[in-house]
Amino acid sequence: MSETLDYLRSSPLLGVFLTLLGYRIGRELKRLSGDHPLVQPVLVAIVFIGTATWLLDIDYDEYLIGGSVIAFFLGPATVALAVPLHRQAHHLRELLVPMLVALPVGAFVAISSGMLLVRGLGGDQALERTMAPKSATTPIAIGITEQIGGITALVAVFTIVAGIIGAVLGPTLLNLLRVRDHRARGLAMGAASHGIGTSRALHEHPVEGAFAGLAMGLTALLTSLLVPLAVHLLG
Amino acid sequence: MLNGMMWLLGCQLVGEVISRGLDLPVPGPVLGMVLLFIVLQVRRPPADANVLRTSDALLRHLQLLFIPAGVGVVTYLAVLRDDALPIVGGLFLSWLLGLVTVGWLVVLLVRGKGDHSTGAQRAAGGEPG
Repeated sequence: MSETLDYLRSSPLLGVFLTLLGYRIGRELKRLSGDHPLVQPVLVAIVFIGTATWLLDIDYDEYLIGGSVIAFFLGPATVALAVPLHRQAHHLRELLVPMLVALPVGAFVAISSGMLLVRGLGGDQALERTMAPKSATTPIAIGITEQIGGITALVAVFTIVAGIIGAVLGPTLLNLLRVRDHRARGLAMGAASHGIGTSRALHEHPVEGAFAGLAMGLTALLTSLLVPLAVHLLG
Repeated sequence: MLNGMMWLLGCQLVGEVISRGLDLPVPGPVLGMVLLFIVLQVRRPPADANVLRTSDALLRHLQLLFIPAGVGVVTYLAVLRDDALPIVGGLFLSWLLGLVTVGWLVVLLVRGKGDHSTGAQRAAGGEPG
């Protein structure tokens, strides 16, 4: 038995299978709940895999042997976001100016408010600098945090949580705020909640998904340019 | 499926080489997305093209790909507890401010462009969310 467990700990098999199973359960629960926004497959899977690895006494690094096989496809999936954008390209020209204004302003608001709120609520400087890039996708946020002296281990957590909040609450909040234009909704989701928000937006409406993917890419770029500036200004 | 995956990985590869080679702040996959967008706009492939079908399949399960990083959250629960207020408050409120800023600014600026754009906006999907 322990020999079998040792094999499973060193093989990608278990990590890949647990990830697919957790996601499958998440999708099933989502269907059974009648598409309740709180039942996000990614959230259900995290709880399921967290519990399973704890019961089997498998630590995160061992899970990642298989997990990183799945995560590898984030790269090509990001490239694939060009396809919904290509299908909606006719909307792009009229949206160019609104986008070029709203996305930089939005990125700066998200960065500076994140830093000031952490400071105001009693966090230290390292935590403040870890919060700054949370709207960017995880790999970029990690790079930025390294550069400005934040806590790299935590920044991945912050970006994932920012994504999950968006997937859970984003569309409901946008309804409350009376943002009905699918292009504006998508841009807001991608700007505030990167890839996880984009994945929810893709399920809401094709136009929303296309603009969320675009906002995600541009916000990643803007965040890497604006965080050093915000750190300089708010020092 | 094979050709589609080759296109996606090929664009990512070129993106990574450009990003790392020129030391740009833009990540490789995002450059790859721009690259593929240009290719699609120029070549205009038919609706059943391999690269389109592969992309759709991959994007349908985009959430799946974030799960491994998400499981990492569980390992930091103890750290998060120590600084719970600044983390939860800062994260949630600044997320909200970012979402509101972008959503409202876009709506405002699209409306400001006059009757023609408002008509287009209605046509593009005015139905409630």
